[in-house]
Amino acid sequence: MSVRTLTINNIPVAIEEGATILEAAKEAGVTIPTLCHLEGVSDVGACRLCLVEVENINKLLPACVTQVTEEMVVHTNTPKLQEYRRMAVELIFAEGNHVCAICVANGNCELQDAAIQVGMDHTRFPYRFPDRHVDVSHSQFGIDHNRCILCTRCIRVCNEIEGAHVWDVAQRGENCYIASGLSQPWGEVEACTSCGKCVDACPTGAIFRKGTTSAEKQRDRAKLEFVVNAREKQEWTR
Amino acid sequence: MTKKIVIDPVTRIEGHAKISIYLNDAGEVDDARFHVVEYRGFEKFCEGRPFTEMAGITARICGICPVSHLLAAAKTGDKILAVKIPPAAEKLRRLMNLGQITQSHALSFFHLSSPDWLLGWDSDPAKRNVFGLIAADPDLARAGIRLRQFGQTVIELLGAKKIHAAWAVPGGVRSPLSPGGVAWIRDRLPESRATVKMALDLFKNLMESLTTEIEQFGHFPSLFMGLVGKNGLWEHYGGQIRFSDSEGNILADGLSEDDYQDYLGEAVEKWSYLKFPYYKPLGYPDGIYRVGPLARVNICSHFGTPEADKELQEFRQRAGGVATSSFFYHYARLLEILAALERIEQLIDDPDITSQRVRANAGINQLEGIGVSEAPRGTLFHHYKVDENGLIQKVNLIIATGQNNLAMNKTVAQIAKHYIQGTEVTEGMLNRVEAGIRAFDPCLSCSTHAAGQMPLHVQLWGADGSILNEVYRN
Repeated sequence: MSVRTLTINNIPVAIEEGATILEAAKEAGVTIPTLCHLEGVSDVGACRLCLVEVENINKLLPACVTQVTEEMVVHTNTPKLQEYRRMAVELIFAEGNHVCAICVANGNCELQDAAIQVGMDHTRFPYRFPDRHVDVSHSQFGIDHNRCILCTRCIRVCNEIEGAHVWDVAQRGENCYIASGLSQPWGEVEACTSCGKCVDACPTGAIFRKGTTSAEKQRDRAKLEFVVNAREKQEWTR
Repeated sequence: MTKKIVIDPVTRIEGHAKISIYLNDAGEVDDARFHVVEYRGFEKFCEGRPFTEMAGITARICGICPVSHLLAAAKTGDKILAVKIPPAAEKLRRLMNLGQITQSHALSFFHLSSPDWLLGWDSDPAKRNVFGLIAADPDLARAGIRLRQFGQTVIELLGAKKIHAAWAVPGGVRSPLSPGGVAWIRDRLPESRATVKMALDLFKNLMESLTTEIEQFGHFPSLFMGLVGKNGLWEHYGGQIRFSDSEGNILADGLSEDDYQDYLGEAVEKWSYLKFPYYKPLGYPDGIYRVGPLARVNICSHFGTPEADKELQEFRQRAGGVATSSFFYHYARLLEILAALERIEQLIDDPDITSQRVRANAGINQLEGIGVSEAPRGTLFHHYKVDENGLIQKVNLIIATGQNNLAMNKTVAQIAKHYIQGTEVTEGMLNRVEAGIRAFDPCLSCSTHAAGQMPLHVQLWGADGSILNEVYRN
């Protein structure tokens, strides 16, 4: 397998062909903020937090879905990128109904972490206050669409790891939402195996275990990696 | 010509309100009204949320007594789950409520009300506050602040946060008290008890100089309502509802919160966002009743702890039986702090308090639940209806301050009639009118279920609707 050499923030990196800029950055010890990226499942570039600047390319590129090329010169933390990232997080907050104080994921939320990471102390965009609903028809889990950031991790983890494909994106544009089955109540979707991987994958408090109250959500993110390793590499230890 | 005086906003209370005083042609006070000018809408925006979130959401109604809503919501949640919570969970919830009663009453007594009688009703309003108290009597102020800190820390030791700890949940609580927490409480109890005893001595000595206030600050017969335990034991968490009158006769006893709509009515007036609850059998407004420390102390037969019971006996001697003056709310608050501290002492010796079995799990087994708890300011009801999945369909919250609404209006009128004559209105007179409200320690943020600010605005209204005189205090 051939190797590509590039620089990320002036750090030279050598990585196999086909790797993404995000993977190369990890190799180089450079942290790029992400939200929709999840180890173990494919990337979709939904959240735009991992945008990077590549010299001689006149647009910002999502690091999670852009493959490295030879002698690529990547910058991950320019003032322009900082501004865009903050704006991206502000837009996510303004788009949904994120009330941290009463959220099950308060204190354990990747959206909160992202806001802190990009220095978002307020949002400059007016809140949309969309009219969204909560589906707690499943016997064990619930989904609160108010807190959903449409990262589609739940869709990918359910499809690619569990193989049940309960979730999909319905509608378009501002009306997009995560639909269970054929847009049925979650509790009526026969395909759901109640495995709970979507709960572990969800970066916010959108998908939760029923009965959990404010700031009580805990994730077992390592479980996803364990399941993937068990299946693909026959490794059964955590 | 009839006139109207407006105090807006009322100061040193929790929330935003104004008072209107109506003068008749002779310049005498004809009537007075206490207007609550906040609107919040919690009952509406909780609709559609999982009932398990209600404790966390409703606790945010208030920063002074979030524990009250937490407990009432959790108890309502218990009913929806249809579970009997583990004994340790009930004891832990009680411990947190006792911590709250201590901190909230200490706030009311030391920070909000004591500047009136310690610094003087007519003293400089710029200094008539807790900072003035710190300057005048630093030891007393420090003791009061530390007493409140004690109560707040009990809450924090249990719920990990002093304010808005979402720790009580449907089915129980999240965690027990740690052995370290027990040790901290035990260590600080003697100092807290000494502070409340010092405050009691101070207040009892002051009472001789406060006879006019005792006589004029909401001194009238009314019913009293609250929870009592077995044999009339003072209660703050469980027990059943009792109504008694100013002669000490028990009108109704053993009432369940589940039937509150049978005995409590809620009237609405155009001039206030605060509803006017009344005792249904007597109708509106004759069914006026008071809740809170004064009511709890009046309706109970005993506290069940030695020091508090001794003080209760003296309280009843001084009041001449049932205390009907609202000024006695302050006195009753001190008694309740003492009782709370004694009960905390008992609870921390209970091995259950560190038990890990604190939460019952269940599904949705009832589609309707009503929970009740004694908030520092009085009896608090939460009433939820949920769908089969536990999403809230309807919420009704009956708040302590709301239940004192009729009594607060009557108190304001009584004080105004005594102190205000003619169009010359001094700041000290207005302060007494406000202090009448402060005796109830109302929490308007709770009772309207907004952020409030508390300067002062007085208007004298002529019969033709024109403003004759205006005084501002910022």
